Amino acid sequence: MDFQVVVLAGGVSKKLLPLVSHELPNALLPVANRPVLSYVVELLELSNLKDLIVVVEGKDTALNVGAWISGAYADRLHVEVAAVPEDVGTAGAIRAIARHLYAKDILIVSGDLVSDVPIGAVAATHRRHDAVVTALLCNTPVSGPLESVSSGGKDKAKKPGRYDLIGLDPTKQFLLHIATGAEVEKDLRIQKSILRSVGQVEIRADLMDAHLYAFKRSVLLEVLDQNGEFHSLKHDVLPYLVRSQLKSEVLLNGTPQAEENGTEKVISQSNQQMLSQILANASEPTFHLRHELSTNGSDSVRRTHKCCVYIAGSNKYCARLNSLQAYNDINRDVIGEASHLSGYSFSSHNNIIDPTAELGAKTTVGPHCMLGEGSQMGDKCSVKRSVIGRHCRIGANVKVVNSVVMNHVTIGDGCSIQGSVICSNVQLQERATLKDCQVGAGYMVTAGSDCKGEVLTKK
Amino acid sequence: MDARRPPRAVIDPKVRTVGFFTPPDPIQFDSNSLSPVMIPPPCHSSENLDLHSPPSVTPPSGDESVSVTGSYNGSSSELFPAPMSPALSQKIVAGDGGVGGGIVASSFPRGGGVPVCKLTTVSVVNTDSFAFDERDKPNKGGGSSMEVKDQAMNSKQKNEKSSKAERRALQEAQRAAKAEGNKATGTVTSGNLKSAKATKPPQKVDNTSVAASEKKGVDRPSEKDRKKDVPHPRMQYDDKSRVEKAKRRAVVNHTESRNRVELFRHLPQYEHGSQLPDLEAKFFQLEPVHPSVYKVGLQYLSGDISGGNARCIAMLQAFQDAIKDYTVPPEKTLVRDLTAKISSYVSFLIECRPLSISMGNAIRFLKSQIAKLPLTLSESESKTSLQSDIERFIYEKIILADKVIVEHAVTKIRDGDVLLTYGSSSAVEMILLRAHELGKQFQVVVVDSRPSLKGKLLLRRLVEKGLTCTYTHINAVSFIMHEVTRVFLGASSVLSNGTVYSGVGTASVAMVAHAFHVPVIVCCEAFKFHERVQLDSICSNELGDPDVISKVSGRGDVNHLDAWANAENLQLLNLIYDATPSDYVSIIVTDYGMIPPTSVPVVVREYSREQVWI
Repeated sequence: MDFQVVVLAGGVSKKLLPLVSHELPNALLPVANRPVLSYVVELLELSNLKDLIVVVEGKDTALNVGAWISGAYADRLHVEVAAVPEDVGTAGAIRAIARHLYAKDILIVSGDLVSDVPIGAVAATHRRHDAVVTALLCNTPVSGPLESVSSGGKDKAKKPGRYDLIGLDPTKQFLLHIATGAEVEKDLRIQKSILRSVGQVEIRADLMDAHLYAFKRSVLLEVLDQNGEFHSLKHDVLPYLVRSQLKSEVLLNGTPQAEENGTEKVISQSNQQMLSQILANASEPTFHLRHELSTNGSDSVRRTHKCCVYIAGSNKYCARLNSLQAYNDINRDVIGEASHLSGYSFSSHNNIIDPTAELGAKTTVGPHCMLGEGSQMGDKCSVKRSVIGRHCRIGANVKVVNSVVMNHVTIGDGCSIQGSVICSNVQLQERATLKDCQVGAGYMVTAGSDCKGEVLTKK
Repeated sequence: MDARRPPRAVIDPKVRTVGFFTPPDPIQFDSNSLSPVMIPPPCHSSENLDLHSPPSVTPPSGDESVSVTGSYNGSSSELFPAPMSPALSQKIVAGDGGVGGGIVASSFPRGGGVPVCKLTTVSVVNTDSFAFDERDKPNKGGGSSMEVKDQAMNSKQKNEKSSKAERRALQEAQRAAKAEGNKATGTVTSGNLKSAKATKPPQKVDNTSVAASEKKGVDRPSEKDRKKDVPHPRMQYDDKSRVEKAKRRAVVNHTESRNRVELFRHLPQYEHGSQLPDLEAKFFQLEPVHPSVYKVGLQYLSGDISGGNARCIAMLQAFQDAIKDYTVPPEKTLVRDLTAKISSYVSFLIECRPLSISMGNAIRFLKSQIAKLPLTLSESESKTSLQSDIERFIYEKIILADKVIVEHAVTKIRDGDVLLTYGSSSAVEMILLRAHELGKQFQVVVVDSRPSLKGKLLLRRLVEKGLTCTYTHINAVSFIMHEVTRVFLGASSVLSNGTVYSGVGTASVAMVAHAFHVPVIVCCEAFKFHERVQLDSICSNELGDPDVISKVSGRGDVNHLDAWANAENLQLLNLIYDATPSDYVSIIVTDYGMIPPTSVPVVVREYSREQVWI
């Protein structure tokens, strides 16, 4: 279908710091014991997109990611990994691989997307409207634990995170305005010209830009080429295209015919005009077209381009792993309400316990839990709504609630872990109590320590 | 056979008086030559496609990928990290430079840059199998195919023998009969016949479908008669088993809507809500459909393109794109494979929305052009020739035709006229604008109807150009008709009994006009004429989305039918077309001049044959 797919897998994000490192870049962060990148790759595979370019920041990370992909998807996908220097931003990443892009349209996906939205639908919308860019919008995810544990409840009522402010036309097909929630301080500036020609703009705060875009290649590369300062697709390129949609400066590969000569050409041009007239009259004119046609006296023809959106249905899951909170949420959802994403089959108790895992006496593993292979648990443990990785050794009388425990973690007797993330190779000595903590890889928590809301990393 | 002949002899002259021929023989019922106008997707042809198209599309890619895999596996399968890292580092340099230099694409020599490190080259199981299939074929059948080539002339005969003997006998008889007929009329097609025989490429008979197409090939020389074959019976959608069968094949996932009006059960009607998202979601799975065709299909389905001319143009342009990107797969001939390909596109488009008659004619034109391509042309030459043929069709049959129609019809507009039009017709719009340009003083009444409200769009454009307009809905047509001096109507098609097949409501407008003795002028390009005869608008029609008639756009409060859609005793009917009997039509303006409805068969007979389809 003449689409190329670029997966922006990122590098080592500062926002996820204690969890990620050069050995474990963003893309490989396990969500329900699978690297987060696999969710995107499998979503693409489901849409029959088997030819991917994965862009990774940093050389070492690229090696890591490449090694994982080749191990996991050999014989299934054709993946090319490109390494770009760190901190070039998403726009820089696309610039760096620009010469490998040749298809008519480019699908750019963020590597941290966990979703089940059919990608084909975005591409089809893009094609149908012949848009310059089409963005996938989804409902903002519910953050924070759904049913907080009885004790918690004090500061859980925080206001929902502000994501994006998005302006749509009445048909909900075109993007008229986009601003990141964080950037908007008090007032929102909307262009008069857009408002005037559309007549009605709907501003939505409950939608989120899912970082899945379909771009027309020629336009994307031209914009990147002309605006060297653009750093990010979301913050620079997309708003630029949306802003300039009624006074388009991008070269929209005009009339491609040029081979006829002389009178032929004049005829064919008037024909083209008539053809496009007939085609245009056939349907309800979009505001773009109306704007183009309403050249009241001005000499130049107004040129426009379309920025479209595809709004995912409310029954689709869509989230991005871009913060610690999101990491907890996504883990919870993938083994919870969006369990079809995880690709595992759940037992009758609504949980997944690997057959090689060993459970001690009187140990209970509640619903929405996951226990990786080779993990051992002592007696009288209790696990609720948590993910436990592979080959963990957990002592007796341990409580794990709403937490993520990665691989090869040793947890001593009598520990209590709540709402925390514990990275690989961490050692928890006896009777440690962690609440809302993030423990970096290889850290050792001393016996009896009591931490609340702390970030523990190895110096 | 003999039993059948006498009645034909009786029937023939009768029909001829209307300029219209019965098929030479009802049995010679050729599944492949169905006229594309028929609304439902006929089973045979697309079954063929299903059988044929996947190998025809995938083999090249499959082959490639396999060969590629081979080379990669050899070099880098186990030593993955070793060959990896140099490639990676190079890539990083490239990235660096790109960011620094600003212009990436040009700053690096293309050849020197190692392609972004290839990590895994992969062949999927499917393609593998395809590839092997393809490879096996030549190996296994190499000898035999050579043989076949040696006796190219005879092979056809053989093939025919392999097909059913009965049919063959029948066909021979038919041919003889035809030859006689031809002699009688004086047109000798034998030369033509011979050439076609000679050019027929040897082909293996895979199954009956190929045999069928072979037969068609034999018939092709007598092109004149082929058109008159019995049309393929339209699929009747109240026939449950056939609907099931068709559904299994379908690309677009249709859900039959539940409450269909009894009288229209034979027409396809689907739940409209689920079609578009479903087709969209399958975007990348539909490899055999060309992106341009796919886009047009989506636009039909979503209603972005409507109106006979626009749909036809969009389709032809998509086919033009598809032909441009087309390459003949190995071991196939362009004529055959491209025809199959176009047919597959057509059946895809039919699934998105039933074809209009004009599109059917255009498709028939294209297919006959493909069939007529001389085999001596190279692939690129034939592609260019086809593209220019399409270009020519669009120009001559639509644009030029419209210009001529406008020039004719404008003479019927006088100062002080009040012209009434219904819906939105591109030809009528051009006429009105042209008359306005010429400085004629007249008023326009735009009559519109729900749910499409196309008249609004026309009205907007007319008012922008400065015409004096009145806008009303069809309920008021009897009131407004008092003041009207002429009625201009567009048409989706004009059938050979003079019936005008057009957007629903046209018939009532024409009848009201007739009752008030107002002349009704129908503007229709000749490529929309069709030899079919239709007496009512029931047997062949299109059903639209029933929901749109129960909803009023912009009026959320008018929702009385909201939860009623599934009520047992409610049936919603949204007809798209209706048929206006020729009695109510005063004159038809076409590119061949202004003709009375009774002369339509003449146009169909004389012009469509010589200038359009041949």
